[in-house]
Amino acid sequence: MAEVQQKEQGGGGKARQKKQTLRVDFTPMVDMNMLLITFFMFCTTLLKPQVMNITMPAIDQTNEENKNKIAESMAVTILLGANDRVYYYEGKPQNDEQYKDPNFLQVSDFTENGIRKILMRKNAGVFKQIQELKLKKTNGELTEEAYSQLTKDIQEKANKDLKAPNVQIKPTDLSTYKNMVDALDEMLVCNIGFYQIAELADGDRHLLYTKTGNIDYLTDELKKDIPQ
Amino acid sequence: MAKVHVKKHSTFIDMTAMSDVTVLLLTFFMLTSTFVEKEPVTVTTPYSVSEIKVPDVHKLTILVDTHGKIFFAMDDKELLKKTAVEVAGDYGISFTPQELESFNKIASFGVPIQGLKNFLNLKGSDQDKFMTEALKDTANMRVGIPNSDTEVRDVRGVVSSDNEFKRWVSHAKELGGDNLILAIKADQTTKYDVIKKVIDDMRKMRENRYLLVTNLRTASTTASSE
Repeated sequence: MAEVQQKEQGGGGKARQKKQTLRVDFTPMVDMNMLLITFFMFCTTLLKPQVMNITMPAIDQTNEENKNKIAESMAVTILLGANDRVYYYEGKPQNDEQYKDPNFLQVSDFTENGIRKILMRKNAGVFKQIQELKLKKTNGELTEEAYSQLTKDIQEKANKDLKAPNVQIKPTDLSTYKNMVDALDEMLVCNIGFYQIAELADGDRHLLYTKTGNIDYLTDELKKDIPQ
Repeated sequence: MAKVHVKKHSTFIDMTAMSDVTVLLLTFFMLTSTFVEKEPVTVTTPYSVSEIKVPDVHKLTILVDTHGKIFFAMDDKELLKKTAVEVAGDYGISFTPQELESFNKIASFGVPIQGLKNFLNLKGSDQDKFMTEALKDTANMRVGIPNSDTEVRDVRGVVSSDNEFKRWVSHAKELGGDNLILAIKADQTTKYDVIKKVIDDMRKMRENRYLLVTNLRTASTTASSE
């Protein structure tokens, strides 16, 4: 619909150059563009999904050996239960007394004041140092690589000096994938360097059972030992 | 009588500026966005604060839906074809060139190897129909890569454990090399034991590094999820 407007001005006998205004109607062009934009808006995503790196311990690696290395004073065990509940205990139950004590296992959740508070308290030193590094990085004083290297160093040193918690995440069969990722996310938030997803031990199952009374935490074999 | 002269306004609106804006917007969308991959199941991934972006190339995405059905997505179609040929070979199945060709069109798939041939012979729209029909029944065994350990007896009567899922992953790793990335994309409501089975199967094959696909956690998503 290109429109060529011709205007004749004046009328003398002189042959004048005709003035032509060339106007192209852009409406169809806009229509088409709008259509394309709509198409792109519906069929594409701007947000690329994020990923979390996770490395599981090799299955044939003797786990007993690993467990002994963890200093008990800094060990935190997080149990992921049913209905998004989180249970945790610090250290390791020493005797039967503690196994039977329902207060040994603490209840928490994934909110700001939940498990994060406990982990932050335990990891305060490392968290502070890394926060400083982060500030340097945003100011452009540190490169991405240097930042990740320094973070690693801080975390490793703190772990050696027993100043950082060593977290064991033990999801139960009643928990969901979301709980597991949430727990891993808390590790990222709190800058915890050493954590692992571990298998639920029989003792943990008993702790959960005494705390909640939910028999589903127990395996079929353990259920047999429970007097009805 | 004086005539009222209605001034004739031209209704012609200059659309040039508008066109400029739309072209700009269009360019922005084309350059920044990525196409949504078609997936047989809707998977809502959990949220995390991780800032690592999902790598674009050379990865095997393992989709796990709420009911624990497993699907595979591979961006490298040639690798997918080679893997499929290998896996099918293990079960004595071979594909025609046309069947292999149809791998190019599917973004992700999840059918047991016995049903894969039929599935590939369906037309694109029929494949979708087959999927939605089969997924209505959550216990349906016609969809999802089976990952249960079944005992099979070969000709000599030797009993061995067979797991289709493990075969897919190990063949993909063999052909794709060590730099093939394993990404797990699971729905947030998936039960942990389902995920555990998937991870344990891979651990048994000495595959210990994975990427968990998540969405970025922002203030609004935190509020809505809790």
